[in-house]
Amino acid sequence: MLELTDLRVEVSGKEILNGVNLTIDTAQTHILFGPNGAGKTTLLMSIMGFPEYKVTGGQIRFNEEDVTHLPLHERARLGIGMSFQRPPTIKGLKTRQIIELSGHGGADIDEIAGEVNLGYLLDRDVNDGFSGGEIKRSEMAQLIAQQPSFVLLDEPESGVDLENISLLGGAINKLLQKDMKRQRVNSCLIITHTGYILDYVEADVGHILLGGRISCSGNPREMLGHIKESGYEECAICPSC
Amino acid sequence: MSKLLDDLTKRAEAAIDKKAPFGEDIDLTKYINPSERYEYVENLETLSAEEKERLMAVGIDTKAEQRSGSFIQHDTTVRHRDSTQEGVEVMGTAEALAKYDWMEEYWWKAVAVDQDKYTAHVQLHQNDGYFIRTLPGVKTTFPLQACLYLKEEQITQNVHNIIIAEEGSELHIITGCTTGPHVKEGIHLGVSEFFIKKGAKVSFTMIHGWNENVAVRPRTGIIIEEDGVFLSNYILLRRAHSLQMYPNAYLNGKNSTARFNSIIAVPEGSHVDGGARTYLRAPGAKAEIISRTISTGGTVISRGHMIGEVPGVKAHMECNGLILSEHGIVAAVPELEGRVADVEMSHEAAVGKIAKEEIEYLMARGLSEDEAKSTIIRGFLDVKIMGLPPHLENAIKKAVETGQQGFM
Ligand SMILES: Nc1ncnc2c1ncn2[C@@H]1O[C@H](COP(=O)(O)OP(=O)(O)OP(=O)(O)O)[C@@H](O)[C@H]1O
Ligand SMILES: [Mg+2]
Repeated sequence: MLELTDLRVEVSGKEILNGVNLTIDTAQTHILFGPNGAGKTTLLMSIMGFPEYKVTGGQIRFNEEDVTHLPLHERARLGIGMSFQRPPTIKGLKTRQIIELSGHGGADIDEIAGEVNLGYLLDRDVNDGFSGGEIKRSEMAQLIAQQPSFVLLDEPESGVDLENISLLGGAINKLLQKDMKRQRVNSCLIITHTGYILDYVEADVGHILLGGRISCSGNPREMLGHIKESGYEECAICPSC
Repeated sequence: MSKLLDDLTKRAEAAIDKKAPFGEDIDLTKYINPSERYEYVENLETLSAEEKERLMAVGIDTKAEQRSGSFIQHDTTVRHRDSTQEGVEVMGTAEALAKYDWMEEYWWKAVAVDQDKYTAHVQLHQNDGYFIRTLPGVKTTFPLQACLYLKEEQITQNVHNIIIAEEGSELHIITGCTTGPHVKEGIHLGVSEFFIKKGAKVSFTMIHGWNENVAVRPRTGIIIEEDGVFLSNYILLRRAHSLQMYPNAYLNGKNSTARFNSIIAVPEGSHVDGGARTYLRAPGAKAEIISRTISTGGTVISRGHMIGEVPGVKAHMECNGLILSEHGIVAAVPELEGRVADVEMSHEAAVGKIAKEEIEYLMARGLSEDEAKSTIIRGFLDVKIMGLPPHLENAIKKAVETGQQGFM
């Protein structure tokens, strides 16, 4: 479904990613770990196609198609969707409207709002004065409306209280068709520090981003255990990488 | 009254060459004073299709279904005036002057006759204007509508409006100013004097729709007494060759309130210099100026001058401008003047292009760049800032949407 080969990306003239190789198959959920500033957000923004994240080498293939230089909105229309770590505020545009726009008119706004406990925010301006957790839920509501087949989630649970994490976990599972075993096609790449989301969403593969590339891949739960125990520093000298 | 009029005429004559401090200085001698008169119409629906279309574009409902009264003036002629609600008076100012001796207590009391050459010209060549008054305690069920329409080529329209909200009354006015579709050049001079008595509330929503080379010089003064509220909404989305206005609000009464909202778009060839000045003269007085301006090639200056004269007043100003074209100019000139210590006055101003992050955020949801931009502009021009009753808000929303199609 998604295939990154030797991907190099620079931001403001500084190379952040220097050769990322990653393959995510149909119906798989992958987890991305890595210390602050490692380039996790950069990787997601590059896959989504933000022009500020300049691809200087390598390739991004989505459903067999080379999308490395495809504009942002066309990637969105092909089925890539993202929830942002720090989305902008848009004054005058209501949360209800952005969810409507994300769903191209086909979404049931009130039902979606109910799913992620967002009803009371629908008439507020997009992200205007939202708390950390409210931003996450608003992002999730937009994604549910958008129905992407490949989902990029940037720390979906950080700053969210336990009750709402379980709510978000449920929403992510629905987005990823986790209840549909065989017909499932949607895939996902999730950034997490705490790993709380693993208690709600079943993941297939974990990766550690370090030094501008994927330094290690494996069972996400085991990896989280290692990171919790010995941190990323151990990781850098791990012989298996 | 005649002694007063003589005196006013003398002062006007002395000011006939007095330039205004802002805006292009316009040579009034190149315009003619209109002579043609038009017949009175009982029913606005009998106006010509083309006239009706122009009226609708500035928010005037010719069916007048949800209106408590209407006033239509073409050039110098009052074509129609009526009020469908008891306690609400609507007529031409000439008629009001003849009817009420007390008019001299209001005539040129909120605007100085010798403020500049434009006020002087209106006094010397006055052709009517509207008189609207709500009697004590009367609240308009629906808004009143008034339209001043420039029909002939190359004329000056010189109107003098008087609006009085008596104690405890509530008055909503929607006013549209426009030109006939074939008028290329002309000037509209409009003096408006508002008197908001104790506990009264007036909302005044003005939609302008001018043609190519029309110049506009409104001159407005608002006197607000104790607990009175004045709410002004101004919308200009079509080209106006040269428009300059700087209404003065005098918050004379305790706890009086004035709010000015404006939504202005200037296409190529438009020069608009607007704003408001508020004098906060009694404890508890509150004033707010909010403007949203967009340039697609023209120049717009949005001013605000808020003067806190006594302790315990509050004033806030917000000027936001978007520049959507390489050579458009948007200027924000906020001025705050506290004349005593205990005042609370603030302003925010931001001018620039649409934030890239906002466009890209929407693009990540599948919108094209153009769709994203127009969505953000629609939000920027959201009429919710105006705090109007829903039916008025809808009328204005429609006007803004139609206007927006024109400049995007
Ligand atoms: N617009 C930018 N200009 C300059 N440097 C940037 C820009 N965006 C990102 N960077 C830098 O790139 C590096 C990677 O940032 P990124 O946001 O991808 O990290 P991250 O792995 O998501 O970290 P975190 O866990 O803190 O979210 C950081 O050093 C960051 O400062
Ligand atoms: Mg990050």
